[in-house]
Amino acid sequence: MNEIHLHQNQLKELHAICAERNNDAGELINILHAAQGLFGYLPREIQEIIAADLHIPVSRVYGVVTFYSFFTMTPKGKYPVSVCLGTACYVRGAEKVLDEFQRQLEIKVGETTQDGLFSLDSLRCVGACGLAPVVTIGGKVYGRVTPEKVRDILADYYLREE
Amino acid sequence: METVKLIIDKKEVEVPKGTTILDAAKSVGIHIPTLCYMKLEDLGYENNPGACRICVVEIEGRRNLAPSCKTECTADMVVRTHTPRVMNARKTVMELILSNHPAECLTCSSNGHCELQKIAHDLGIREIRYKGEMSVFKIDRSPSIVRNMNKCIMCRRCETMCNKIQTVGALTAVNRGFNAAVSTAFETDMAGSTCSYCGQCVSVCPVNALSGRNTQQPVLDALADPTKIVIAQTAPAVRTALGRDFGYPPGTLVTGKMVSALRQLGFDYVFDTDFAADLTIMEEGTELLHRLGGYLSGDKEVKIPLMTSCCPGWVSFVEQHFPELRGNLSSAKSPQQMFGAIAKSYFAEKLGVDRKDLVVVSIMPCLAKKYEASRPEFSVNGNPDVDYSIYTRELARLINYANIDFNDLPDGEFDHPLGESTGASVIFGTTGGVIEAACRTAYELYTKKNLENVDFEQLRGLEGVRSATINFEGTPIKIGIAHGLGNARKLIEEVKNGTSPYHAIEVMACPGGCIGGGGQPFHRGRIEVLRRRAAALYQEDANKPLRKSHENPYIQQLYAEYLGEPCGPRAHQLLHTHYFDRKEVIGMYVETSKTDKP
Repeated sequence: MNEIHLHQNQLKELHAICAERNNDAGELINILHAAQGLFGYLPREIQEIIAADLHIPVSRVYGVVTFYSFFTMTPKGKYPVSVCLGTACYVRGAEKVLDEFQRQLEIKVGETTQDGLFSLDSLRCVGACGLAPVVTIGGKVYGRVTPEKVRDILADYYLREE
Repeated sequence: METVKLIIDKKEVEVPKGTTILDAAKSVGIHIPTLCYMKLEDLGYENNPGACRICVVEIEGRRNLAPSCKTECTADMVVRTHTPRVMNARKTVMELILSNHPAECLTCSSNGHCELQKIAHDLGIREIRYKGEMSVFKIDRSPSIVRNMNKCIMCRRCETMCNKIQTVGALTAVNRGFNAAVSTAFETDMAGSTCSYCGQCVSVCPVNALSGRNTQQPVLDALADPTKIVIAQTAPAVRTALGRDFGYPPGTLVTGKMVSALRQLGFDYVFDTDFAADLTIMEEGTELLHRLGGYLSGDKEVKIPLMTSCCPGWVSFVEQHFPELRGNLSSAKSPQQMFGAIAKSYFAEKLGVDRKDLVVVSIMPCLAKKYEASRPEFSVNGNPDVDYSIYTRELARLINYANIDFNDLPDGEFDHPLGESTGASVIFGTTGGVIEAACRTAYELYTKKNLENVDFEQLRGLEGVRSATINFEGTPIKIGIAHGLGNARKLIEEVKNGTSPYHAIEVMACPGGCIGGGGQPFHRGRIEVLRRRAAALYQEDANKPLRKSHENPYIQQLYAEYLGEPCGPRAHQLLHTHYFDRKEVIGMYVETSKTDKP
């Protein structure tokens, strides 16, 4: 289990997220969305706090978190890598690009590197099919990515960390 | 009321506006099959996710087949429920469901009771043409319930029962697509969830994804062991339902045949949990009077209302969801545990044997009783007061196993001394019964007067929440009754908010009380079955020569010879217990049984 310890001010913010929406169970998805925006992921402890504030069973929160692929219970890397596997990207070789990211980062889809720098996910269509295959890292979009370009793309980020 | 007329399978039907095709068809004797839809009208339970698509029908003028559970009747609709197109679609849906369902009917404990099996049979499925990946989930065995998601068809009945009716919130659908399953929060084992073991999810499961824990083998082993004295105790609700598995109509009392069957199975003594129910009334009734006395004289420390503690599903619910109110629970043990405690002390001494050589087997309508029997506080030096608890359906299996022709059995009589009971104890098996029994005794102890009419009609019925005021010669005693944990939640929320008007509250976790328990032959939503079982208990009560617990001569003898006074020191040691705050236990449970594929 991911044991996390929230700082007092983080806890306050989480309660505020729920309170802003009147602790309304009907707002669960929006609250989870905001909470993931704040913490980067939704570990057990956060789900339990939200359930308590909304007066709903934590099982219901967990059911929603596991249903929507947007929500995650594992912490994302500082630089979250998403490889588009939508139809256009796929036919232009996105799977090979994804394989190369897995090889370079030594992680599988859905995982985060040991140093916490990178996490790797696949997604379906970012609406930039003209640039296929598309990769996003954080807010930045990379177009026409080939397996050969992966090393260079990652190198930029490693350089920033030095 | 506005109605619509339509035609279903060439039959003219007139139904109120808003009626679904499924219900309209049923009203004229056309039973469209369905796996997910379920309605228990008087209990307010309806599961209607439109998930299984087995109930599709053809509607003239519409391009697509329509799910009859989700489609409302409109005027002049022409519906056909078994055209070749409908049947092809239905068979395909069924084959797709079966393509991810283990084909192990022969070794499945639901063999013969399975709705999936029946519909597949009715549809004439002889081959499953779709082969593919099968779900592989870990099987979760809690003390009471086994959860095998490999057999789940995602009808969501259990989820509706657990959340909407019982408000326990243990079960939920998790993940999506092929990985979707019904699980607990964070996919812990049920033992680490908020599950109260009421077993109502098992009652509504159409397949064998949720089933009762099986304890038949250790019972058979004990019966075959010549060094053990094996004792049976049978709960009141069992005798109203056991006959169902042997062809008797619902609510047929089979007390005598049940006793004979148990004797033929090899039990050395066949006793009655009803005896212990009389004992419970002595203790709980006395406790109620003590608390009332204190409360009425202004003692602020006294916890009022007193809440009954016979039902382990309810006790568990309080410990997990309202631990701060556990002081309101009667400290009296449940009849099952009182019986065990007395059998392994008083009766063992009478026989002159060590408690370790006695094996107490309880036959219960209940799955939570298995969990209750396993609670460590109900054992002495590791030897449990109740060794094994089996439920009604398990007893039926044992009877068949031992080649006993149930229908041909003579009516047997319970053994003495722990087999004698009054009418008060019999009605423990239905909602309102415990508190009615308590009133019969408490009234006489409080007023020192003879109670002429023992039938407290105002406490009876099947409404989810009921209340009544009983006049104890000028002292009005206010009583609240709930069955089903969702209804109970309404009463306990009032206690929490300090607005409860009651002096005593009776709760049974299962809709209908024990007669609708998770271990009973399935009533499949037919509320009439529960009504008949309740009527059978009230009939047995009316037929008994003694109808007040304190008049049971063997109870009087037990106090005189052994226990002393009700709620006295020895009674307290043997017959009372304490409760725990289990809210934290759940939060701290970390071991998970990920339902993900290994």
